[in-house]
Amino acid sequence: MSPAASLRALGAGSLAVVRNLGRFTVFSLGLLVAGGRPPWRGRRLLREIYDSGVLSLVIVCISGVAVGAVLGLQGHNTLVRFGAEENLGAVVGLALIRELGPVLTSLLVAGRAGSAMAAEIASMKVTEQLDGLRMMSVDPLDFVGAPKATAMILSMPLLATLFTLFGIFGGYLVGVVVLGGDAGSYLSTLQDAVRFSDDVAGGLIKGLVFGVLVALIAAYRGFTAQPSSAGVSAAATSTVVIASVATLVSDYFITALWGY
Amino acid sequence: MDAALAVARPIEIEARGLCYTRGTRVIMEGLSCVFPRGRISVLAGPSGSGKTTLLRMIACLIQPDRGAIRIDGEADVAQMGAAALRAFRRRVGMLFQGGALLDSMSVFDNVALPLREHSELGEAQIRGEVHRVFEAVGLEAVDDLLPGQLSGGMVKRAGLARALIEKPDLLLCDEPFSGLDPPTVRRIEELLQHVNESVGATMLITSHHTQSTLRIADHLVLLQDGAAISGATGELLREDPRVAEFFVEPPLRERANCAP
Amino acid sequence: MRESPRQELWVGAFVFVGLAAIAYLSIAIGGLRAGGPGGLEIVATFDEIGGLKNRARVVVGGVKVGQVKSVALAPDFRARVTLDVDRRLELPTDSSASILTSGVLGDQYIALEPGGGEEGGGNGPRFLAAGDEIQYTQGAVILERLIGKLIQNLGNGSSKNGGSDAGADGATSEEGSE
Repeated sequence: MSPAASLRALGAGSLAVVRNLGRFTVFSLGLLVAGGRPPWRGRRLLREIYDSGVLSLVIVCISGVAVGAVLGLQGHNTLVRFGAEENLGAVVGLALIRELGPVLTSLLVAGRAGSAMAAEIASMKVTEQLDGLRMMSVDPLDFVGAPKATAMILSMPLLATLFTLFGIFGGYLVGVVVLGGDAGSYLSTLQDAVRFSDDVAGGLIKGLVFGVLVALIAAYRGFTAQPSSAGVSAAATSTVVIASVATLVSDYFITALWGY
Repeated sequence: MDAALAVARPIEIEARGLCYTRGTRVIMEGLSCVFPRGRISVLAGPSGSGKTTLLRMIACLIQPDRGAIRIDGEADVAQMGAAALRAFRRRVGMLFQGGALLDSMSVFDNVALPLREHSELGEAQIRGEVHRVFEAVGLEAVDDLLPGQLSGGMVKRAGLARALIEKPDLLLCDEPFSGLDPPTVRRIEELLQHVNESVGATMLITSHHTQSTLRIADHLVLLQDGAAISGATGELLREDPRVAEFFVEPPLRERANCAP
Repeated sequence: MRESPRQELWVGAFVFVGLAAIAYLSIAIGGLRAGGPGGLEIVATFDEIGGLKNRARVVVGGVKVGQVKSVALAPDFRARVTLDVDRRLELPTDSSASILTSGVLGDQYIALEPGGGEEGGGNGPRFLAAGDEIQYTQGAVILERLIGKLIQNLGNGSSKNGGSDAGADGATSEEGSE
């Protein structure tokens, strides 16, 4: 491509990104407004919490134990060099509560529930179910989008906390039961090091923010999907990619802001 | 029972000068036609001629590039504000090609949805209305089934039931005969005629099925080359050679053209 | 809207367990307290606070009784620290406050040592009330100054300064310490 053409392509590409960002923002605001108004769809919300929350429990808990176990192993190996292995509890706990709990949970949930959400909405679009709702003067954002998004936002901090606790348990299994560390030190250093206002609150905020991001991205990709089978799968995969990147990038900013 | 479904004010629709282009394809160019009050009009034409597009424009699911669609000679659908559109859609029932029933809800819940959303009726009354309309379309014992468990014909009937439950003044049907075996097609034809007689709504049907079209259409709108040829069925067939050609000749003509 | 009783049960259990997990993490591990002990604000001024931070522990005999509320620079360029301690605490007015370090490299905290209560005149000991100032304070040990002094001492060859003492007053320093 000639330099002029590549420059044009770059410009067009950037404009497309900005335009998409704008469309996403408008969509998200519309979704939040629709969700914030009655009618409150309690039954649908319940079903959606089941789909995003309960069904993600298995993957979250198993992964939590696994990650905690690895942290326990790696942490022990490193701390032993400084003769500080009784601080394992603090190391595992802080790493999970502040970072790994919310971030890894968000990645897992984006992959499982986020992609499912986008795919379901997209396939409703393909089969004209969303149009059917519009013809009945029911706003699809309010009927379909808002319950799904709300469920995701509520579930994420809960799942992140469960991941963290299972992780602390995993670290305990490895550090104390397998490697023979001291159970008392594990728990006491953990309690000493963790402060609600800095660590736990920060982790919960992250969980909430990530929940919002995954929910909005999944809903957006679903509602704007191409009406075809390829469109449905593209909605699912792009949700996972974009939500994962968004999680990781926003993680930096929240960490920086929360820790001043 | 039929009296309970009967309707007060069937709608007349006039399309004027509609233009619609998708990419390089000109789908409509100066398309004008009338859909008379209370009669069954069929939109016919070869694939891609814009039948479904026109139907969706009348439902205000897509906007024409230019032109107007007047409801009862007054408001233009494309220019309606949100409140006016909502009021208009309350008078319209739409049967989508695939039924467009929400696949996560039972058939009963699907058909009851418009009442639950818009009316103040109690559950007992809603139950009565739903069963009344089930009877009208010939469905029984489907209450707890999911749409995925219905046969093709039953899906159309259920979609029709949902479209009829709020006693519409205008009924739009997108390819109601598609994907059905001939006996079922006949039954759906009879059902549509029965509905027209008892409910009295203006009915707009798109269809490929030349036989069915000729059998039930009071008024014909043939889409060709971006424009419409419209008129009463009998007259059109007798007096317009293009219409006659489309409905009577094509299979034979193609045999003739392909002759080696 | 097909919800089954089983679904409702699972959702309820999920939300309950999740909230319980958050509560456990916050309270048992994170040390969140609902309007906890505290409520008695007293002040102590130090020459040097070292690495003392807000919310650092305040202990009596090793037991945590409160935390540091705020740190500010007093007009005389000393550090004025506001402590928020258990309101039930009865500290005699001649109690002292020192800044100690937890371990060699750990966090700094404030240790209060109750005085003998001999300032009450004949009426028994008077206790610190809200807004009172602790008169006897000992600032933080700055490791670098300590080492500097040690080097200085060794450099001088003899123990003219009588060995190192734990109370660095931070007034003079050879090293440019922060």
